[in-house]
Amino acid sequence: MEMREKILTFIEKNSRANLKDLAVILGVDEAAVANEMAAMEEEHIICGYHTLIDWEKTGVEKVNALIEVRVTPQRGRGFDAVAERVYNYPEVNAVYLISGGYDLLVTLEGKTLREVAQFVSDKLSTLEAVMSTKTNFILKKYKDHGTVIKESKKDERMLVTP
Amino acid sequence: MRNPLSERIVGIQPSGIRKFFDIVSEMKDAISLGVGEPDFDTPWHIRDEGIYSLEKGRTFYTSNAGLKELRTEIANYLNRRLGITYDPLHEIMVTVGGSEAIDIAMRAMLDPGDEVLIPQPSFVAYEPCAILANGVPVVIDLKEENEFRLTAEELKAAITPKTKLLVMPFPNNPTGAVMEEKDLRAIAELVIEHDIFVLSDEIYSELTYLDSHVSIASLPGMQERTILINGFSKAYAMTGWRLGYACGPKMIIEQMLKIHQFAIMSAPTTSQYAAVEALRNGDEDVARMREEYNGRRRYLMHRFQEMGLKCFEPYGAFYVFPSIQEFGITSEEFANRLLSEEKVAVVPGTAFGACGEGFLRISYAYSLEQLKLALDRMEAFVTRLRGEA
Repeated sequence: MEMREKILTFIEKNSRANLKDLAVILGVDEAAVANEMAAMEEEHIICGYHTLIDWEKTGVEKVNALIEVRVTPQRGRGFDAVAERVYNYPEVNAVYLISGGYDLLVTLEGKTLREVAQFVSDKLSTLEAVMSTKTNFILKKYKDHGTVIKESKKDERMLVTP
Repeated sequence: MRNPLSERIVGIQPSGIRKFFDIVSEMKDAISLGVGEPDFDTPWHIRDEGIYSLEKGRTFYTSNAGLKELRTEIANYLNRRLGITYDPLHEIMVTVGGSEAIDIAMRAMLDPGDEVLIPQPSFVAYEPCAILANGVPVVIDLKEENEFRLTAEELKAAITPKTKLLVMPFPNNPTGAVMEEKDLRAIAELVIEHDIFVLSDEIYSELTYLDSHVSIASLPGMQERTILINGFSKAYAMTGWRLGYACGPKMIIEQMLKIHQFAIMSAPTTSQYAAVEALRNGDEDVARMREEYNGRRRYLMHRFQEMGLKCFEPYGAFYVFPSIQEFGITSEEFANRLLSEEKVAVVPGTAFGACGEGFLRISYAYSLEQLKLALDRMEAFVTRLRGEA
């Protein structure tokens, strides 16, 4: 594996590792890791460092929805123009172009059901290119970003074995 | 009442690990670095095959030697990874873990008085198994200055006219030592010259960090005098499935199979179906886990260096074996104090043979966070010990 792939594979799951530890663990020079990381941030290969949170446990109310959007592509710009219109709204978490029964998959986060519904009816549906929307509310998150959302697993191995 | 017990069994010492386990179990919220099994779960697709085999009602015995399908996959695997060709029908048998294979190989090969050379520090079962098989264990003390590899000189010094079998426990538990091809060649030469046989326990063969593992069975003239033992526990994180295998000359496997047939019948069927999947589609999982272990290994070596703890760099298994000789206390004392004062459990080197005195086995089958926490505590302990001196 080349160094970039090694770094990315590791930090994708451990974004908090400091440079020194990262260099030790990957068996490469610390300065080289720092340079690669900086370069990859510059090139927008590394697009951000996020934290996976189970908001449900905090008591803070959040509502998440997946919205299936059918749109009319624009001459010369395809789906990009309408995607851009959609992703510029701060309430929008993610926008994907999808193959299959609809065109854009939009994920949204709001404080209440009403807030999300309002965004869809007032903002999303009124865009000229949008033909139809279908809003799916997320009831429970089981797994996100490859991580199972529940109590951390206990080590059930015997404490000392040969 | 007459004494119901066999003198020979009573005479065998229980594993030193057991004693330490009892102490650790008493200690609340200790961090253990004492485990000899992977921290990963068995990859899901392998578990899924096990579940599927149960759903399909495959709950019968398999043939004594194991599913033919599995033996064929084992043959393919060994050919692909080690370049050795075994006949799946006559030269491979599936066992209940590598442990069973060690036991029955010795029972099939030893007569009373036959000497078994056992390099130590090593896995706790070889010596008792040799005794149970009426053999005479002869221990070879491996040395730190050789990175705990077996040298031709050490072997030569231990060979007598009664020597029948040499145990080759590499990659090694507890030291993490590996034998490279050049090291093995020197051993093979002596083995052939003195007409002895080899039990090569290669259960950690997928966990090497320098080069790919080389089996002594792949050297010229060695396949016919080697019982190669491997299994699924370490490479595929399948310890609880209890599945291993032995490969060797038909003549020996046939006799081992006889013991297996009467004592065991056949290895667990569910595990065998899961193992077929492991061998067919598990290479990527093995590589992923190896990469993770390697990162932890480098991290541990770095931390030892920082705290000035002497440790040769091990290139196999998931153990490091640092020296604590500078503190002038025994391994057991060190481990006991580390446990009571810092609540970190490590295994004294002496659990793996007397020559493990002055060393500790530290397992890195743990998450980096846990290793970090444990190493911080160990560093504090080491600093305090040095202050006492």
